[in-house]
Amino acid sequence: MDPVLGVDRAFWYIFGVSLILLIGITAVMIYFVVRYRRSKNPVPSDIRGDWKLELIWSIIPTFIALSMFWIGWSSYTGLRNVPDDAIEVEVLGQMFSWIFIYDNDKETENELVVPVNTPVKLNIESLDVIHSFFIPAFRVKVDAVKGLPTYLTFTPKEEGEFDIFCAEYCGTDHSYMTAKLRVVPNEEYEEWLEEEE
Amino acid sequence: MSDVKSFFDTPAPAHLTGIKAWLLTHDHKRLAIMYLWAVMFWFTVAIILGLLIRIELMSIGPTIMGAKLYNSAFTLHGVIMIFLFIIPAIPAIFGNFILPIQLGADDVFFPRLNLLSWYLYMLGGLLAIVSLFTGGGFPDTGWTFYVPFSVTTNHSVPLTLTAAFILGMSSMLTGLNFITTVHRMRVKEMGWMQIPLFTWSLYATGWVQLLATPVISITLLLVIFERAFGIGLFDPDKGGDPVLYQHLFWMYSHPVVYVMILPGMGIISEVIPTFSRKAIFGYKAIVWSSMGIAVAGSLVWAHHMYTSGISDTAVFIFSLLTYLVAIPTAIKVFSWVATLYKASIEMTPPLLYALIFIYLFTVGGLTGLVIGAAGTNIHVHDTQFIVAHFHFTMFGGAGFAFFAGLHFWWPKMFGVMYNIKKAYIAATLITVGFMFHYVPMFVLGMMGMPRRYFDYLPQFAQGNALAGIGGIIMVIGLLLMLYNLVMSLREKVVAPENPWGGVTLEWSVPSPPPVHNFVTAPSVKDYPYDFSEVLKKAAQS
Repeated sequence: MDPVLGVDRAFWYIFGVSLILLIGITAVMIYFVVRYRRSKNPVPSDIRGDWKLELIWSIIPTFIALSMFWIGWSSYTGLRNVPDDAIEVEVLGQMFSWIFIYDNDKETENELVVPVNTPVKLNIESLDVIHSFFIPAFRVKVDAVKGLPTYLTFTPKEEGEFDIFCAEYCGTDHSYMTAKLRVVPNEEYEEWLEEEE
Repeated sequence: MSDVKSFFDTPAPAHLTGIKAWLLTHDHKRLAIMYLWAVMFWFTVAIILGLLIRIELMSIGPTIMGAKLYNSAFTLHGVIMIFLFIIPAIPAIFGNFILPIQLGADDVFFPRLNLLSWYLYMLGGLLAIVSLFTGGGFPDTGWTFYVPFSVTTNHSVPLTLTAAFILGMSSMLTGLNFITTVHRMRVKEMGWMQIPLFTWSLYATGWVQLLATPVISITLLLVIFERAFGIGLFDPDKGGDPVLYQHLFWMYSHPVVYVMILPGMGIISEVIPTFSRKAIFGYKAIVWSSMGIAVAGSLVWAHHMYTSGISDTAVFIFSLLTYLVAIPTAIKVFSWVATLYKASIEMTPPLLYALIFIYLFTVGGLTGLVIGAAGTNIHVHDTQFIVAHFHFTMFGGAGFAFFAGLHFWWPKMFGVMYNIKKAYIAATLITVGFMFHYVPMFVLGMMGMPRRYFDYLPQFAQGNALAGIGGIIMVIGLLLMLYNLVMSLREKVVAPENPWGGVTLEWSVPSPPPVHNFVTAPSVKDYPYDFSEVLKKAAQS
């Protein structure tokens, strides 16, 4: 399955179940407050607990929680598995820009160009403080740490331009440490790769 | 009102007079009042900083400040709110005031240590101010002080760290004091399962404070050493590991979110039964869930670090453990709602705050599930979604619980009642503002706007403008709430001993209590939330 789809499915599942729980809890709470207001119900019942009910509402949430954990984890593995035919690009974060280095030593700043329908693996490191490489469109993010190479992978399915952000606070111009991802047809990518700067 | 002299009129120790009666006091109630004013001061400062941040973000580009000032503003907002407001607020104010009385004691076990804690708190606050105006400029690292950035920036980080270190000491000693007080100072007749839930929650909190705080203290010292001597623990150029710092930092800073929320949950567990005139549903389950949260909450720190470069195995383990903390929290929420079933509910400002707490905290908890899951975390980590989530839990949760506690125990602490109508208006404004303020941030985060951004792309403009408007409404509400409480001290509408019909021991003593708390020896109920006497009294009148 497409990793982006996997993550979105996890989002929908967790949001959906959460929304049902939230509406349920809130509605019951408001109903009780109105129904059992003092003017209507001056004498309360003396109920101190009910072990059966307590057992039920401990066990059911446990299963719900575990199902959420599992769908979250499986979508995570989708993000981490690098396809064999991925092209690799080295990424360096520095205050306050991103540098991309291709196989043929072509170097760009704040512009990442990749061919459509080809898996990409980015090898990421920092030159100074911690940064975090974030492409919202592909649900991927990983910290750039000096001395600790990390990676992320994604497979663009259509052409277009996407935003890249730095997500780890890194100093004065943190919010201006953005870059563009351009997904182009294969031929255009080959041409671009050979272009002199 | 009885003719008993209140603690305001009786210095302890007895020979002290004037200002000394406050500054050298051993009385837990006077210390609570002194904490109250200091905490309120910092809270107001941090609110204003927060407001400035959101006004800056209302339009693209520099609006009222530059990037440097903005970065300092959110750093200070975070440091003050965490170390000077939300960590000390409930334990230091209500814990100090109420915990000994709920146990039937006349003070905490170490009254002098309690005074020392207050001085450490004040010293920490003072150092935080000094750190602003010394060195290369306002601290600008964020409250997380991540290395290597915090080691390289030339701004005055060491002094800010020292301030945080001293505040940690203060918090730890308060925790120590509460643990010993619960063990040693309970009236003889009170067994463990007769302790009120607020005190139980502070007991659980005390252990977290005691065991987790040393970790951050050591870590902050290491950062200071790193800066001063360049020993290379965290600096990758010298073979150090920046991720190690994150582990150490969150090993404290995650458990500490339970230091913030557990006492708040304790307040809710008092407020709901009181205004329901009904036993809390599942007393034992709430006690054990408090202890469960304290233990499990200490084992999940690396869920702040899924993207940091830790191994996938670590992500698996910490994600799984994170989901386990959700269970005891859910049990508490269900128990509170179930307490309302077949109750006799009287609406009051503290109850309203408590009900809003349940709603906001549930949103905070449920969005936490999105963040705890590994795959979805990657997308929202370090975005505005996180900012919204932790404000829902820390402000909508701990903050609203604090407001509930303020309105609940204010008549006990000062012997006066505030204006009820104004309290409702303030609560409504704060809540409406809150929703408009933080809900857009969830959306912004899903869209991919990172946090700690001074400026942003055009697609994020609408959400930020809306959040700003919500923020302004919220601040107006907060100021009205504080004004209303302060004005009650001038208008002096006398509050009775037990205005709400509470059953825990603090409601059996005069308002405000005398210096030794109890006029007659405290009598302990077999079950702490037995309302039969209150109901009998109500039936007679």
